Amino acid sequence: MDLTLKIWRQAGPEAKGEMKTYPISGVEEDMSFLEMLDYLNEQLIDQGIEPVVFDHDCREGICGMCSLFINGEAHGPGRKITTCQLHMREFKSGDTIYIEPFRAKAFPIIKDLMVDRSAFDRIQRAGGFISVNTSGNTIDANAIPVPKENADKAFDAATCIGCGACVATCKNSSAMLFASAKISQFSLLPQGQPEAKERVLNMVNQMDLEGFGNCTNTGACEVECPKGISLENIARMNRDYLFASLSSNK
Amino acid sequence: MATTSKGLFGSSLARKYWMAATGLFLCTFLVGHLLGNLQLFVTGEEGQLAFNEYGKFMTTFPVVKILSYLTYASVLLHTIDGIMLARQNRAARPVGYVKENQAANASWASRKMALLGLLTLFFIVVHMRSFWYEMHFGTVGLDANGNKDLWTITVTAFEQWWYTAFYVVALSGLALHLSHGASSAFQSLGVNHPKYTPLINKTMTAFAWLIPAGFIAVAVFLFVVQPGQAL
Repeated sequence: MDLTLKIWRQAGPEAKGEMKTYPISGVEEDMSFLEMLDYLNEQLIDQGIEPVVFDHDCREGICGMCSLFINGEAHGPGRKITTCQLHMREFKSGDTIYIEPFRAKAFPIIKDLMVDRSAFDRIQRAGGFISVNTSGNTIDANAIPVPKENADKAFDAATCIGCGACVATCKNSSAMLFASAKISQFSLLPQGQPEAKERVLNMVNQMDLEGFGNCTNTGACEVECPKGISLENIARMNRDYLFASLSSNK
Repeated sequence: MATTSKGLFGSSLARKYWMAATGLFLCTFLVGHLLGNLQLFVTGEEGQLAFNEYGKFMTTFPVVKILSYLTYASVLLHTIDGIMLARQNRAARPVGYVKENQAANASWASRKMALLGLLTLFFIVVHMRSFWYEMHFGTVGLDANGNKDLWTITVTAFEQWWYTAFYVVALSGLALHLSHGASSAFQSLGVNHPKYTPLINKTMTAFAWLIPAGFIAVAVFLFVVQPGQAL
């Protein structure tokens, strides 16, 4: 198939970027979107043009590295998929495809379509963990009873791959879906209880410091999330934070 | 872990709590206001005297006075908080997308809350100038019982087609604002439960459309019947 690609090109973090047009032919419908970009880059290299920089790693939908805002949606038009799981059969010959980086103040552009998502790492570091004694008498996690429903919900929250589609999609560039998933995966389990209050206070605080926007409950993040992380997590974070704020000694 | 708690002020979540709490309080205000307005369906001198008696009660009874100050404070806080949130949200994405398909994943009203809110605020200013200001500081005639004749001011205003039209547009905007905001407030406060949320969402969506529809019905009734001409 023949396509017209409109791609954001930006030489570096401070450089001025612009949309550039690249016609491409010979794209096969079985190519993944990233393979199509590889194919484009091979041609650009042959022509002596700087290849398009984009993030990718596992290419099987579990690492969260591939990003891209394709035709106005994070990870393109599909649902519950990452960009590496988007295939060219979703498009037809003659289509014009807009490819832009994830846009947020907290996700600065490194080059072209590659953005720095380490703000997510800093939110995780602020409390997205449990402290476990490793002195040799560690308690087997399975020895602590967990209600099945809570275990399932915690697991669902833990499937968040931190790709940032929620931020990219949100009209406010809010990271609430990500933060709430990372908080919920612990707050639903007994192991997460000792640090529950500090966790939600510190992670929300870090999220605010990173410059993400606020939640308007549009629900766009849930729709575009490749892992289908539920808005229920945001409500859980909201009430955990409320109770923690009211009852915290600090 | 060192804890940094901003309490109930300053954080992104706290701003949403205030937005939700003031919004829900203003929803209860709408119910009270609409119940009062329904009296306008009674025309003639009987309706006029009863409405003005009600107007006197609403401006003098101490409990209502306290509620009215809470209402002014809520409108103010909801507005200031909303503007602060909207400014932060704008700043969180300094460079926008060239192509953005927002309709693919969110309702129009949920994406236009600030715009719909400002429209409602503009309406409140006009509305308060028309009636609240006249009642408190204007020169209002007296009815047969010696009460301020708010009824005549009201029915005269809605005799004008453009005033009624503006009212209908503004209340439709409010309906859209509530169609997202009224149920969204519960989510902001952390109320989300598989058993209750579907009911809350249905109830608040019905609320969002029915309450403004009630206000509009009264306004259109006044425009069509023109009860002021009959006296």
